[in-house]
Amino acid sequence: MNVTIQLNGEPYSIEDGLRLEVLLERLALRPARVAVEINQEVIPKVDYPRTVLHHGDRVEIINFVGGG
Amino acid sequence: MEDDRFELAGKVFRSRLIVGTGKYRDFAETRTAIEASGAEIVTVSVRRVNITDRNRENLLDYIDPRRYTILPNTAGCYTGEEAIRTCRLAREAGVGDLVKLEVIGDQKTLFPDVAATIEAARVLVKEGFKVLPYITDDPVACLKLAELGCAAVMPLAAPIGSGLGIRNPYNLRIIMEQAKVPVIVDAGVGTASDAAEAMEMGCDGVLMNTAIAGAKDPIAMARAMKLAVEAGRLAYLAGRIERKLYGTASSPLTGLIE
Repeated sequence: MNVTIQLNGEPYSIEDGLRLEVLLERLALRPARVAVEINQEVIPKVDYPRTVLHHGDRVEIINFVGGG
Repeated sequence: MEDDRFELAGKVFRSRLIVGTGKYRDFAETRTAIEASGAEIVTVSVRRVNITDRNRENLLDYIDPRRYTILPNTAGCYTGEEAIRTCRLAREAGVGDLVKLEVIGDQKTLFPDVAATIEAARVLVKEGFKVLPYITDDPVACLKLAELGCAAVMPLAAPIGSGLGIRNPYNLRIIMEQAKVPVIVDAGVGTASDAAEAMEMGCDGVLMNTAIAGAKDPIAMARAMKLAVEAGRLAYLAGRIERKLYGTASSPLTGLIE
């Protein structure tokens, strides 16, 4: 069943219960280069395999970019 | 002079120049400039990944986190809460727990919100971060930040990107004299003499981004800044002459022809 999460501020459709690790793979993101927040809680990297996403989750995926 | 090491947050560095990675033409130029600067610590920003850009390269593919100490900043944060969230995310990204804390109080000047910076620093220190706070050249603010456990204080020379150099050397000298933690001048450096001036005063380091990235030849300016920081530090350690109102001849007063 498809549900909608907020991914970096935009609606994004996923299967309910999708594992975070799989989402990152789908987005071609390397876990070593990002950090993830779900509903304003930072997710430890060790928990990526067992963290699952549900309808309405607000997901922020960040990385490092140039800055002073 | 060979033994002059820069100790910061429990690590020892040779370079006292910290550089940013923003405002360069591309990642390759960023890398070349940083190499030319001799910097060992580089600041980065924390931003959303571009979900739609599939062929994205990552800054850390050019700036190797095994070779450099990555210093995430909280640029763009206008509240302590945003800054704290940003630091927690940055730490989870896995480059360590050293953070540059910026809580901006005014979009036009980019001056820090001093009260919010102090409160955010308090929370972050409790959570085990090694905090390098960007702050005004206010001796009392610097004292408070040092007392609550920041790893250094980073008073501005002038507004971010302004290139005005050290606008208040007297305040910086007071901050230096009272400091119980390293003092790193951060923001407002324009050219090499500004960096040398900070180091001659006894500052422990200088942080800059625009002065290098915005120069007509960033690679040359990076080299200039490297030399300026080294020269200023050497001059400080060498012990300058006093300033005098009147002249004292350097040449002998005897043996003159008549």
